[in-house]
Amino acid sequence: MKTNAFYAIYILWLRQIKRYFRSRSRIIGSLGQPLLFLVALGFGLQSTFAAAGDGNYIQFLAPGIIGMSILFTAIFSGIEIIWDRQFGFLKETLVAPVSRFNIMFGRTLGGATVASFQGVIVLILALLVGFRPDAAMILPAFGFMILISLVFTALGTGIASLLDDMQGFQLIMNFVVMPVFFLSGSLFPLTSAPTALKIVAMFDPLTYGADGLRATLTGVSTYGAYTDAGVLAVIAIVFLGIGAWLFSRIKA
Amino acid sequence: MNPTPVTSPIISVKGLIKKYGDITAVSDISLEVPAGSVFAFLGPNGAGKTTTIKMLTTLERPTSGSIMVNGADPAKHPNDVRRSFGIVFQDPSLDDELTAYENMFLHAGLYGVPRAETPGRIKEMLSFVELWDRKDSLVKTFSGGMKRRLEIARGLLHTPTILFLDEPTVGLDPQTRNHIWSYLVKLNKERGLTIFFTTHYMDEVERTASNVAIIDHGKLIANDTVQGILAKAGSQTLEDAFIKLTGHEIREEEAGSVDHMRQASRVWGRGGRR
Repeated sequence: MKTNAFYAIYILWLRQIKRYFRSRSRIIGSLGQPLLFLVALGFGLQSTFAAAGDGNYIQFLAPGIIGMSILFTAIFSGIEIIWDRQFGFLKETLVAPVSRFNIMFGRTLGGATVASFQGVIVLILALLVGFRPDAAMILPAFGFMILISLVFTALGTGIASLLDDMQGFQLIMNFVVMPVFFLSGSLFPLTSAPTALKIVAMFDPLTYGADGLRATLTGVSTYGAYTDAGVLAVIAIVFLGIGAWLFSRIKA
Repeated sequence: MNPTPVTSPIISVKGLIKKYGDITAVSDISLEVPAGSVFAFLGPNGAGKTTTIKMLTTLERPTSGSIMVNGADPAKHPNDVRRSFGIVFQDPSLDDELTAYENMFLHAGLYGVPRAETPGRIKEMLSFVELWDRKDSLVKTFSGGMKRRLEIARGLLHTPTILFLDEPTVGLDPQTRNHIWSYLVKLNKERGLTIFFTTHYMDEVERTASNVAIIDHGKLIANDTVQGILAKAGSQTLEDAFIKLTGHEIREEEAGSVDHMRQASRVWGRGGRR
């Protein structure tokens, strides 16, 4: 009896998907924040943004908010490992004859799938609010959603592997997730930002995610879609590697 | 009810030591578990039982010493060892958000149970622990005893030769304890499954175990049959013998991070241990 590595990855992926679609309240709950951002910021700052000569704010904001909801969902999916540890399920996977890398990879793919799906829902929400993307570029934009999802699920997995319990969670929210979101140029154009902020943003993975989504969905971009995709792909591989390494050292 | 001890060892441990910094959790333990035995591994809290089980089941590496489980070294060939045993941990290790069937299905996938055989095997094991009619219920709706039975069924799904159980009956009422032991004894008798378990209930040991090992402060202090241990301590009951051998002092275990979280989850209403 030999475990098929691909099948083990698939089954761990499937677990994440089942858990996600089973928790309807979580899906609906997680749509509140992006909707609030789209409505409050989108309409609230619309006239200011237009007066500054930057055009339609909803068009600018929507890709950033899609990126934001992917960021949050992905990080939380990764961090779910802490819950698995608490509810004991982690041990079941750690004594299974499956390599730690494959366990990490399976659940990261699952988390990333869930986060990408969340991105699609927010895209639909944005359409309802008045966002008008380039329909021909939806598919490449979906590619960016997957890349962003992979980057941040792997990051969440890595962080969760270092934490014993949920007590460090607030720390991660305030010192990782929020800065990653606010410094990424999701809410404002980096081109007119102060140099210091531009430099900080260059080290923020979500910068390339938001920029890539904007490049594909609206045709406006700071770095260009190919650069964005390349940078994100490299970061995804690095984070997956680090995440897998940290997960391999996890203690039951 | 005590089966006759069998001789060839399925687990053999020599000079096993585990240190965490300055603390020695397991100090030079050597023992052999005969194939087909019901092996009770006893000791007060903090004696090193769980640490030893973790080393036998590939979750921890020994600081020194050698272990063979079913012909393989857990440190060198963890996946060979993992395939050969099933385990029921001290705390539940099920996915509460999945159904009983899905938990079993996931386990089958992780252990490479052939896909054509999987549904039949799941049905067989769930029926064995009398949970087949609840197969589509979410595990979070299960009682503590049902979760234990499901974990036993899951631990046996990949037809292991050894089943480890770390305090399988803690917190369960006498009816459920009896129920669970009747399954385990049946498995041992009918399939020759080796059972390696820890417990604080000495009556369970007296009724079921063919071999008993007692450890204290990380050291093995007795390894014999129930009768042998009673004779050695000059006691009528195993409980009495256990206290004679390990002393009266109460052992306090420090709460680990998992205990803290369990506490927090109780407060915040995410369930926790039943």
